[in-house]
Amino acid sequence: MGRTLSEKVWDEHVVRSTPGEPDLLYIDLHLVHEVTSPQAFDGLRLAGRPVRHPELTLATEDHNVPTLDWDKPIADPVSRTQVETLRRNAEEFGVPIHKLGDADQGIVHIIGPQLGLTQPGMTIVCGDSHTSTHGAFGAIAHGIGTSEVEHVLATQTLMQAKPKTMAVTITGSLPAGVTAKDMALTLIAHTGTGGGQGYIVEYRGQAVEELSMEGRMTLCNLSIEWGAKAGMVAPDQKTFDYIEGRPHAPKGADWDAAVAHWKTLVTDEDAVFDKEIVLDASTMTPFVTWGTNPGQGVPLGATVPIPSEFEDEQDRIAAERALEYMGLEAGMPMREVAVDTVFIGSCTNGRIEDLRLAAQVIEGHKVADGTRLLVVPGSARVRLQAEGEGLDVIFKEAGAEWRGAGCSMCLGMNPDTLAPGERSASTSNRNFEGRQGKGGRTHLVSIPVAAATAVRGTLSSPADLVPAAATN
Amino acid sequence: MDKFTTHTGVGVPLKRSNVDTDQIIPAVYLKRVTRTGFEDGLFSAWRNDPAFVLNNPVYAAGSVLVAGPDFGTGSSREHAVWALQNYGFKVVISARFADIFRGNSGKAGLLAAQVDEKVVQKLWDFLADNPGGVITVDLESRTVRAGEGVDAIEDSFDIDDYTRWRLLEGLDDIGITLGHEADISSFEAERPRWKPVSQHA
Ligand code: SF4
Repeated sequence: MGRTLSEKVWDEHVVRSTPGEPDLLYIDLHLVHEVTSPQAFDGLRLAGRPVRHPELTLATEDHNVPTLDWDKPIADPVSRTQVETLRRNAEEFGVPIHKLGDADQGIVHIIGPQLGLTQPGMTIVCGDSHTSTHGAFGAIAHGIGTSEVEHVLATQTLMQAKPKTMAVTITGSLPAGVTAKDMALTLIAHTGTGGGQGYIVEYRGQAVEELSMEGRMTLCNLSIEWGAKAGMVAPDQKTFDYIEGRPHAPKGADWDAAVAHWKTLVTDEDAVFDKEIVLDASTMTPFVTWGTNPGQGVPLGATVPIPSEFEDEQDRIAAERALEYMGLEAGMPMREVAVDTVFIGSCTNGRIEDLRLAAQVIEGHKVADGTRLLVVPGSARVRLQAEGEGLDVIFKEAGAEWRGAGCSMCLGMNPDTLAPGERSASTSNRNFEGRQGKGGRTHLVSIPVAAATAVRGTLSSPADLVPAAATN
Repeated sequence: MDKFTTHTGVGVPLKRSNVDTDQIIPAVYLKRVTRTGFEDGLFSAWRNDPAFVLNNPVYAAGSVLVAGPDFGTGSSREHAVWALQNYGFKVVISARFADIFRGNSGKAGLLAAQVDEKVVQKLWDFLADNPGGVITVDLESRTVRAGEGVDAIEDSFDIDDYTRWRLLEGLDDIGITLGHEADISSFEAERPRWKPVSQHA
């Protein structure tokens, strides 16, 4: 019987397999950041163990870093300690690190692909749940906890029980203005936040093939939000073109050997998945969340749901609590929800293509009175590239704040946070209570919706905007 | 890691589904570089609410959390497990756990006992009738027990064999893996040369 893409990649990494025990898998790339690593390095030190392969490990600083005054020492002493601890650990154990101020510093899931380190058929882990992003290249990539970080540092392997396989086939084409983000939010609303639990998911079908590499990364990034172990897309010519020429891409004869192998990384015709879901992209529309988990979403054109109409009691209670937290009226049109802050950035939507799309929507418009727009590139290199293309000027002329690279307002761990009760439209990935700051209220949206919302001050799509020329 | 065989302790009902890791411990508490001291951040947003279960003195010594489904969704932060342990929890019972949380629990020695949704409801009912009541979680026989007489609850829970064995033996994964050093080295000898490296020697 044929094998699925994930089974092929899995099989290639099994170091040891014994019945009744998880497989011991080899890890090709281990990404490290400041938040989930200090206790792991400490563990190594206590046991007198080295990092087995520093050259298969890469560290960067992203969660704690400020996006203003990033060239000065970090003001918050606790954040500074955490970043300095990472720097010390990297030096002591010989792990390469991209520090703040370095052109390759940035969100860990943005820099892997950008450096060409993320390649098809790899196993990639990081102490961060959005490691699923790297699956867009046909890699098995997933988040791990700090004990596992220590395990990988010490052994370059991980003990893993083999997950089940699922195919999510998305047929047809996305309508204009509908993005990979909407695709993912639609899927999560369909399955619920636990729908992917225990599965490695392969996204396939025409709409997935038509996505750019950036779009595939956005889709795979959100796999964890419906509980999937990992998300993958089979590599194709688009994948190879994206990687070719990047700093860590194979060169010359190595490139040819690599591509020849990568081309075998597709699910065989006769392979069987444990589960399949089929969705039609042509019916999808801009999608936004109303609640406090990523599964609580509706089309932008819809209204805030009415909790009493939920059949499942747990869902009803969760909806009631979410509406209370979010300060929303049941039945009100989503388009009437006014936001204080729009956040464009994060490992979900902080790549160059995202910024180009946002700039395209916003060019010639102004950010609405009473609304602030924060544009945060996912990496220093994305920032430099955007500035080279003049995107920063478009944002600044519209009245937006143009920042340095980092996780920023995706999570309330650095100076970029919402105030209690403040409401945001955010291109990030989690709308949990307090995620963007204590008491903050988050609506997850796509890039075009974020940009249009910044202009109108209420949740909007570009179709709601009066053309820029007409407003001049 | 300490061996885990059986634990009896005060059950704490957490009647919420989808308790994500940002609720268990918000990001702002993750800045410590140690493994201890995270109890102050546990469920921090909810602890301001006087009606929140952990603010009830009856549950002060709570060590068995009985939560709604999809416990531990969200981020990979093992701090969520440490915060529960630092506070004094030894066991979390739920009908469904997020994968990473379950994995982290197994590594850190917190028992994530997966039971049928009906069992969670029974335990909640038991705790409603007996605030401060104790629950026994027996890893050897994979059973959870509470109450006495005709209303006594006794049911099984799920945990994978390997994690159960490691918890029972109190074993450290890294030590086990380093025992397979020869397998790792021979795997490494066969890796294709075009696989990327983050720095050249
Ligand atoms: S951008 Fe957000 S989700 Fe991504 S790594 Fe940073 S904090 Fe995590």
